[in-house]
Amino acid sequence: MKIVITSMSDSLTSTFDRRFGRAAWFCILDTEDEAIRFIPNEHVNASNGAGLKAAETMGELKVTKVISGDFGPKAKQLLDKFGIQMVMMDEADILIEEIIERLNHN
Amino acid sequence: MPRQRRLRKVVSPPKFKGYKPYGAREQKSPQEEELLYEEYEALKLADYDLMNHAEAATLMGVSRATFARIYESARRKLARAFVETKEIRMAYGNAEMDQDWYICNNCYARFTIPEQVPNDRCPLCNAENIVSVKS
Ligand SMILES: [Zn+2]
Repeated sequence: MKIVITSMSDSLTSTFDRRFGRAAWFCILDTEDEAIRFIPNEHVNASNGAGLKAAETMGELKVTKVISGDFGPKAKQLLDKFGIQMVMMDEADILIEEIIERLNHN
Repeated sequence: MPRQRRLRKVVSPPKFKGYKPYGAREQKSPQEEELLYEEYEALKLADYDLMNHAEAATLMGVSRATFARIYESARRKLARAFVETKEIRMAYGNAEMDQDWYICNNCYARFTIPEQVPNDRCPLCNAENIVSVKS
C-alpha cells in the first residue's frame, strides 16, 4: 500500500504541507518494502489546475491514501473516482516523521 | 403539491460546528444564526475559492438562480450575526456531501472511506472512535 503525505521539503524532518495541489513535495511511504521516497510536485507553480494535476499524479502512482490539509473541489472528485482515501489534518507544525510515527502506531 | 426540496452538493463539510463572538459589550443574544452547510459551501466557492457563480452552481448541482439565492442568504446571515453579535451554528440543511466524510474523535482527522479501502478505523491513528460528519 502506498501512502502520500504532502511535505514542505524533502526530508523526514520537513514540515507537513497542508496544501495538496500546491504542496512542494510528496512523501511516499510504501508499506510493502517500507521504503520512503520524496518526489517534487512538478505542478506546484501551475497557474491553474494544480490540484487536478496532483490528483492525476496520485492516480499514476497508484496511491491508496493521501494525507494533506485540504483538497480543492476538483481534486476531491478525481481522487474519489480513483478510489483514493483522503485524509485531512489541521495540525500546522507537525513534522513528516511525526505523522509516520502516528501511522506506525496503528 | 408541496415543493420538493432538492439536495445540494457540498464538497466537504465545514471544519467547525459554529462561531461565537467574544468581547461583546452586551450579553449574548438569545438567538443564534443557523448557517446551512450549503450556504457555507456557496460562500466558500464564491469568496474563498473565487469561482464565478456559474461554475460554483454547476459544482453544487443547482441552477445559477438557486446558487445566487443560497449565497445571498449566507451573506445576510453572517452580516446579521456580526452586527447583532449572534452565535453562528452550522446546520446540515439540504446538503448532500459529494463524499461521505468521517471524523476521528481521537486525532480529529477528517477522511473518506472509499469502497476500495474498507476500514472502519481512523486511517491516521487507527482509533475505532470515528463518526460520520452527518450525524
Ligand atoms: Zn485518528
